[in-house]
Amino acid sequence: MTKPFLLGAVAYDAKVVTIWDGFQRWFAQHDFAFDYMLYSNYEQQVEGHFSGHFHVAWNSPLAWLQAERIAVRTGRTVKAIAMRDTDCDLTSVIVVRQDSPIQTIRDLRNKTVAVGASDSPQATLIPLLHLAEAGLEPEKDVNVHRFDLLVGKHGDHIGGERHAAKALIDGRVDAACMIDGNHLLFAREGTLPANSTRILAQTAEYDHCNFTVLDTAPIEAVARFRELLLSMSYDDPAVRPLLDLEGLKQWRPGRTEKYALLARAIDRFHTVDAFVDKVSNACR
Amino acid sequence: MTASNAVELGRLGLDQGGYLLIKHALRTVPVGSAIQVSGESPELAIHLRSWCRTQGHRIDFLSQTSADHAPIAIIYRGGAETGRWVGAQSTGDASMPQQHAPACWGLAGRSATVEAGSPSFEFPLNTRTEVWAQEVARLYAQALAAQWNPIAAIPWNEPFDLPDEIEDAVVQVMTYLIENETAALIIPARFAAQIHPHFREVMQLLAIQAADEARHIEVFTRRALLRRTKLGLSTAGGQASLKTLLDETDFTLSGMLLSVLGEGSFLSLLSFLHQHAPDPVTREIARMVSQDEARHVAFGVAHLTWHVNEQPSCLDRLAIAIERRHDMLANTAGLNEEVFDALILLAAGSLQPEALRAGWNKVQTLIADMDQGRIKRLRKIGFPDSKAQSLSALHTRNFM
Repeated sequence: MTKPFLLGAVAYDAKVVTIWDGFQRWFAQHDFAFDYMLYSNYEQQVEGHFSGHFHVAWNSPLAWLQAERIAVRTGRTVKAIAMRDTDCDLTSVIVVRQDSPIQTIRDLRNKTVAVGASDSPQATLIPLLHLAEAGLEPEKDVNVHRFDLLVGKHGDHIGGERHAAKALIDGRVDAACMIDGNHLLFAREGTLPANSTRILAQTAEYDHCNFTVLDTAPIEAVARFRELLLSMSYDDPAVRPLLDLEGLKQWRPGRTEKYALLARAIDRFHTVDAFVDKVSNACR
Repeated sequence: MTASNAVELGRLGLDQGGYLLIKHALRTVPVGSAIQVSGESPELAIHLRSWCRTQGHRIDFLSQTSADHAPIAIIYRGGAETGRWVGAQSTGDASMPQQHAPACWGLAGRSATVEAGSPSFEFPLNTRTEVWAQEVARLYAQALAAQWNPIAAIPWNEPFDLPDEIEDAVVQVMTYLIENETAALIIPARFAAQIHPHFREVMQLLAIQAADEARHIEVFTRRALLRRTKLGLSTAGGQASLKTLLDETDFTLSGMLLSVLGEGSFLSLLSFLHQHAPDPVTREIARMVSQDEARHVAFGVAHLTWHVNEQPSCLDRLAIAIERRHDMLANTAGLNEEVFDALILLAAGSLQPEALRAGWNKVQTLIADMDQGRIKRLRKIGFPDSKAQSLSALHTRNFM
């Protein structure tokens, strides 16, 4: 039996099993032996990746940066080979109530801003960087109310953002941070009724997840895996439900330039320093 | 850019349904072609960006604000929506079902377009020959219009006074009817869940048939307990006869045994009860129930006539099923003695010898009437006269 090409993924939701079981079947139909292993958090997954437990990681943007920094520190190379179309060119927004007297970012001084999980790029790190770069240092110039749901899953679970939005509507906080698409989603599901909120600020663009490989990954298998991913078509009824579950219409080649914003955020807040130190030292 | 390719949202936001206008406009242009969007909602640009991302459309922004109704963005239609319907299947004509309904049509209504990759549902009754009847839509409409409310339709409070032995006889007959109607509820309910929804009229008719039987169980129970605290006797032979009906897994054979022969015989019994019931409540119950049962019999006959017409060899299968049931029940008592006696008493109205003789004669007439009814229906389905007579004679002594 051919040794399968192994993927590591984080189980941020029960649907993750459905998704990767489905992809496994699809890959098998295309004569590609594929299997996956699940981690409960991205830090375990990144450590597992550097320990050689699997060949490719389905990484959050923060996990990508962790992997990239550990690779630099340990003389390894790391590559993002593919991502979802919906991972590209995201922004986050800072939202206030429609009737709020807050009109500019500066008005948030000494106010309370709700964010998602502490390791969520979209609902916490990037919006807080936006505030910081606008002159409002989090926890100093502005109070931060964290909805620290499922730390370790890097904000993949939407719960933290939803709690932040509810807190805004309930009047418990002055502003809430979320990914741009969730402002529309929360309006549709009724969490944020139409016209009840106003977008105060929008961050610059950034990218989200990617498939990450290290230099030790089998070259041919990686190439075949990537080729098959990019060949998946939304027209194909066998794969369409999986693409719907994973939230994309099309896989795209990986790119890394739009992780710069998040990199700035973690540099400023020292979010991953200790973890990167620990894993890098263990790898030496 | 033509007028139809330009969407002016005004103050309507995407979070207020504005995306519907954009979707509508995108459907008017080929994949890869563009539409322009303008609008004044403050969040429009942000919402357009995220909406296009999730929908798989490319977007180019012309400006972040929409001064003087100038277009804010150009959206290029992506292929996801058309891609979703590649390989979709039509489920045929709305008015007439197809001969075979595939499992992948699932729960979709007739004439709907079903997305490829939809889950398969295993409905074992999936051919028109197996389930259909020419009159099924009309019978369903009729059934729907003829539903009745037991509280209002039956004169529960009308005064009457029966001798104890006659009341006991009524309770015994009701006890018998309840278990028969329970079988008549379970059987269509079970088949309703096996019929491919493509043949929705049959599924609907069976569902309403089950609801009819639920109502019958209710009124028979209520009549039995009107003057008593418990029901009468249930015999092993009677239940053995009904069990053979429940054990029949073939829809057509079940239709023959239950609807044509069983419920057909019941029509005579209900007419008998309506005619000879000793009290107004029983009389009205028999009349109302009889109307429902007539529809059940009509569907059974219509379905079997259709099936035999489409597949004449089916007649042999039907005959074998009747003979097999007869053989299985040959060593059982059939109709319980208590029911038979109760029918005589009920028709007699008293224990007076002359009244009993009259009651006896009426029950004999009932049995002959049941036989004639069965023969008539068997002939209608397609059995020659002599075969219809011999098959009718094999019908269970339990009536149902």
